[in-house]
Amino acid sequence: MDTTQIALAERAAEEQRHHTKALFFYVWGALLAMTAVEVYLTYQNMEPVKMLTILLGLSFVKAALIIGYFMHLKYEASIMKWATMCSVVGCLIIMTVFFFWDALRIQTLGVK
Amino acid sequence: MADSAVHDIPSVYEPSLFGTYSKKIGMWLFLLSDSLTFGALLYAYSYGRISLGDAWPKPFHSESIVNATIMTAFLLTSSLTMVLAVRASVDRNAKAQTLWLLATMACGIGFIVLHGREWTKLIAEGLTLPLFPAVPGHEAASEFANVSKTVPLFGSTFFTLTGMHMLHVTLGVVYLGVVALRRKFIPILLVLWLVAWLATPAYSPFHYGAHVLLIAAIVISIIVWLKPKVYDSSDVEVAGLYWHFVDLVWMFIFPLVYLMSAKIL
Repeated sequence: MDTTQIALAERAAEEQRHHTKALFFYVWGALLAMTAVEVYLTYQNMEPVKMLTILLGLSFVKAALIIGYFMHLKYEASIMKWATMCSVVGCLIIMTVFFFWDALRIQTLGVK
Repeated sequence: MADSAVHDIPSVYEPSLFGTYSKKIGMWLFLLSDSLTFGALLYAYSYGRISLGDAWPKPFHSESIVNATIMTAFLLTSSLTMVLAVRASVDRNAKAQTLWLLATMACGIGFIVLHGREWTKLIAEGLTLPLFPAVPGHEAASEFANVSKTVPLFGSTFFTLTGMHMLHVTLGVVYLGVVALRRKFIPILLVLWLVAWLATPAYSPFHYGAHVLLIAAIVISIIVWLKPKVYDSSDVEVAGLYWHFVDLVWMFIFPLVYLMSAKIL
């Protein structure tokens, strides 16, 4: 690596040193707890749409914790955060707009 | 936080746009593209699930849910051990780094084994793909006898999505093995390939799938031969990004595929 790359890698390592290990254990505990809630809900025979809403909500919170703390994006430069998250979320929104309404339309039409 | 320091790094090149080193940006770009691959597969599964409504099979009984929950716990724990490996690499503690990486790999292997058991059970029950050989001596369960004909979308979307994820976990274990053990990992990988190949029956998809390990061993041998190096903390951090991504994807597969198609009696 050239000197710039080494300096940037060193700075990233220095930022990692500021986090206490306890923080990682808290995040891990929160992720396990949310998984336990998801499994508990499965055994409650909830209405599918309500259950899907809650499960997706929990999944997004879990994803945010993993991306923010484990993947360290919370501590990256603002441009990195916005460029990565906006691009992937934008693409997923486009997929949702095109696919999900069509799936609901087929259900209404009863296409075999 | 890091914005102010981005342009302070002395360099003969232009300052880094994203304020970090190239390897990390490269891995993020790969993960973004990969997230769209998994997004498309998850949407394909969910499309079928919504459009077919009650006709969509619900093969995941209590036993499967418990199995998938343990798999989730394995992956979440592996993410914890991975950040501890990154932390050890930053602290220049080589021994702890190797041990945490090996712990991460062990959790990943546990996940693959449990996932393989789940696949084997589903295939034996009749939820299979036309390209999978029939399981000798097993009758399809009555509730799934016609599923492959009436709802072929289930098998194709389920096995493609979970198979793609399992492939990612397998390659992640290999990746971490190389970072942790370098060339010493190649003979271990060959032993794993032989065990996976010989221990699975000829009708199992894993009998052929095991050859991924052989291909990985050949590719790694070439890479290690062409560019031998000691992996530093930036390499461990980049490998960690990949591993956490695999965990992240499972956080959506588990509820959308398993919990939403559960049949709890």
